[in-house]
Formats: sequence, C-alpha cells, structure tokens
Amino acid sequence: MSEIPSELKYTKSHEWVRNEDDGTVTVGITDHAQELLGDLVYVELPEVGTEMAAEDAVCVVESVKAASDVYMPVSGEVVVVNSDLADAPETINDSPYDDGWLIKIKLSNPDEINDLMDADSYEAEIEED
Amino acid sequence: MSKKTVLYDKHVEYGGKIVDFAGWQMPVNYGSQIEEHHQVRTDAGMFDVSHMTVIDLTGEDVKPFLQKLLANDVARLKAQGKALYSCMLNQDGGVIDDLIVYYLEDIWYRMVVNAATRDKDLAWIDQQSSGFDVEIKERSDLAMIAVQGPHAREKAIEVLPVDVVEAVSELDRFYGSQCGEWFVGRTGYTGEDGFEIMLPDSEAPSFWDGLAEAGVKPCGLGARDTLRLEAGMNLYGADMTESTTPLISGLGWTVAWEPEDRDFIGRAALERQREKGVAQKLVGLVLEEKGILRGHQRVVVDGVGEGETTSGTFSPTLKQSIAFARVPKQTGSHCQVEIRGKLLSARVVKPVFVRDGKAV
Repeated sequence: MSEIPSELKYTKSHEWVRNEDDGTVTVGITDHAQELLGDLVYVELPEVGTEMAAEDAVCVVESVKAASDVYMPVSGEVVVVNSDLADAPETINDSPYDDGWLIKIKLSNPDEINDLMDADSYEAEIEED
Repeated sequence: MSKKTVLYDKHVEYGGKIVDFAGWQMPVNYGSQIEEHHQVRTDAGMFDVSHMTVIDLTGEDVKPFLQKLLANDVARLKAQGKALYSCMLNQDGGVIDDLIVYYLEDIWYRMVVNAATRDKDLAWIDQQSSGFDVEIKERSDLAMIAVQGPHAREKAIEVLPVDVVEAVSELDRFYGSQCGEWFVGRTGYTGEDGFEIMLPDSEAPSFWDGLAEAGVKPCGLGARDTLRLEAGMNLYGADMTESTTPLISGLGWTVAWEPEDRDFIGRAALERQREKGVAQKLVGLVLEEKGILRGHQRVVVDGVGEGETTSGTFSPTLKQSIAFARVPKQTGSHCQVEIRGKLLSARVVKPVFVRDGKAV
C-alpha cells in the first residue's frame, strides 16, 4: 500500500503539496506515482522564475519505462528547484515526500490550496484507478 | 480477456507488478527494473516467457517448406539441435515476425515466435503450407523460462532434472537439446549466456521455485527490454514491422541470398530494394546530453536528412540513454534527436552496446 501522509494536499494527477505557511508550497510526486512509474532515471526541472497556471505541465520525470509530465498543482512562480535530482533522480523513488521533492512555488492565488484534495480523498481517488 | 501463463500465481507470490502485454497478464518488474537488469548482467535472473508461441513443424516436406517460408536458410542447420534466427517476410519483403528455429530431426523443426504476432503468424504459416507435406502444431502445453546471466547455466543445472542435465551441460551456444518432455536451448534475448527452457506446464511452478532457491532472481519484462536493447537485439513491432524490410532494419545478415535459386517469400522484393540501393540503415545512438531516448523521436542528420528512433531507453549498464534509429544511409558519426522540442546531440554507433556484461 502506498504511503499518503495526512498533513499533505494532493491532486488527481498524483502531485503532493506541502503548505509552508509563508505563501509558498513544496511540490513532489506521490509514493503511488513513483510506484507506477518505476525506477526514475531523469528529471527535467523548470527554470527558477517560471510563472505558470495551475494544471500547466512544469516538470518531466522519466522512468526506465516512460516519460510523465508533472503539473502545477496551483498557480504561481517557481522559486526553488531541487537541483540535486539531476544526478540522483532515484531519490524520488527512495524518498518521494522528503528528499525527492521537485519544486517550491510562490502562490499567486493562495485560495487555490483549498481546491486540492486531502489525504482521504486522494486515497479514495487512487483506489478507483 | 487477458490470458495468464501457468506461472501467473508465482509472479503474484514473488511480488511481481502485473501489466497487460500483448493480451497476457505479465510481470513488468518485481520491485526494481534496474536491479533486475544488473542481476542478469552480473549473476543470474529468470524470465517467464511462456506467453511466446512455440510451434512444432513436422513432416516429409518440412525443410523445403521452411526454406520457402523464412528469409534465412534452414539448410545452414547441419547439426542436430542447432538454432537459427530468421525473419518471416511477406511478398513485399516486410517483416511479419522474427523468430528462432531449431533443427531437431530431418522431419521435425521447432519455431519460437512472438506472443503479440501469434494469430497472424499461425494464419500465415498455415496459408503458405498448402501443397507441402507438413504438420503445424502449436505447443501451448509448454511453459518457457529464460534463465540468463553469467551464472545462469551453473545455477540452472543445480535444479534441472538429472537426465536433462546430462543432455545440456556440454551444450554449445545457439544449440538446443530435447530430453523427454523438456527442451533446453542455450539461447536468449539479453546478450548474456544462459538457457531458454521449455517444459510441461505442470512442472513449471515447482521448477520456478527451485531456480529461485538456487539464487536465480525473477525478472520482469521491463528488464528484458533494457537488456535486449543494450545487447543490440531488435524488437518486433518497434525496430522492424511489416512495412520495413530486414535490409533497413539491421537484419541484412539474417537474409541468406545463397543459393540463388532458393525462392523464399519476399526474395524478389528484397532483390529489387538491393538493386535500387538501400536508402536507410538501422544504427545505435548514445545520447551525449541528459535526457531519455524513446521510440518515434525525430532524428536530424546535418546535411544528410532525417530519420527516426525505433526504440530507446535508459541503459542501466552505461548509465546513459541509448536507442536504435532508422537513418539515411549516409549518416556519419553524429546526429541530433528531438526531445520535447529540443535538439540534443547523439553519437551514432553500431547497434550493440553491451555484450557479456561489458560495454562494447
């Protein structure tokens, strides 16, 4: 069974979001997503300063098997990227919710956080898959 | 309806992640595809390949029939048990399938064809056999396990039945041996030494357990794909199809032109292509930048033209991305591949990246 930390928010496209309570959020892909993808071997991160709307494709993660887009869970500006992943994409498999984070976003509309799913809803969502 | 091999319950028991492959419920990995890949390169792994189609061809005309059916010539098989890799072509020289054929007796050959092409292969073979004294029998009663890796044979020999061990311990590469209901070929699809073992369905699950106890780790179809790509082995449906001939698929070496009077299906079309000049070739690519090559990416060769990748992946052995690509004949040592709108630079190499555990 995949791990789904209760303190995080989630999207249908399998991103997790941690509210840092300073107007920014940290984003990664869920344990379920990394399990589906298998061994990750490449991550394409955006440039810091990129501004995008919610649901825009912002990163690409590639496993041995396939490439997969990662979408902006909320609108805003990318303020930090996890550049350690360039040489160690497998960190996402090993630690999807901690060392395997992808980007930090400065929210342009803080209310959008309320549109995300909580852990229970996300669990129900992936059980339907 | 998805089909299951006789080893399906074992895959679930061993933690296999099951996916649909050509209508079969097969394990794509048992945890980590990359670990399984290294397991085969450095030690021994096993794959359930029971979904592949085994066909026995028997009868007085079996040799002349196969000399017509296949682009490679079974007359090259002089010693009992010898295996031959061949394409089966249509009249236009397009590849219907690629296969291995074993010479068992003068009136008995065994072919192993792909799972995804089973129906069309059987229909084609049946259609072409009219007028020949040959019986075609699918051996769906057999399971098949590929045991691959530098220690694969010694570990398999610990577990094989005693009489089979006697038959196979001195087996040369690319030979097979029938022993009772078992058949063991020293063949594979990984670029490593090993066996492909056909055995009665009923004996397969306990043999699988025995191999696991001997230290042969279960490996999924995911690792099978990265291993075959590193080894420079074509995948049917990706690297060659009915709309490509062997001559533009890196398989010219499998076409037996001699003797000139052997009229195999597709010969006339291949001769026309050869006379006109073969315009493309299949090459290997090694990506020089970060990123992952996949099938169907655009290849740009400066001053020459364009081509396309046919399959690509991340190579766990080289820790770089590799691919096969069909490119213009004049392509030199470099090209560019378009990935998500960006042109990345790649080195053009012979399509063999790893052999017997070592980078080529």
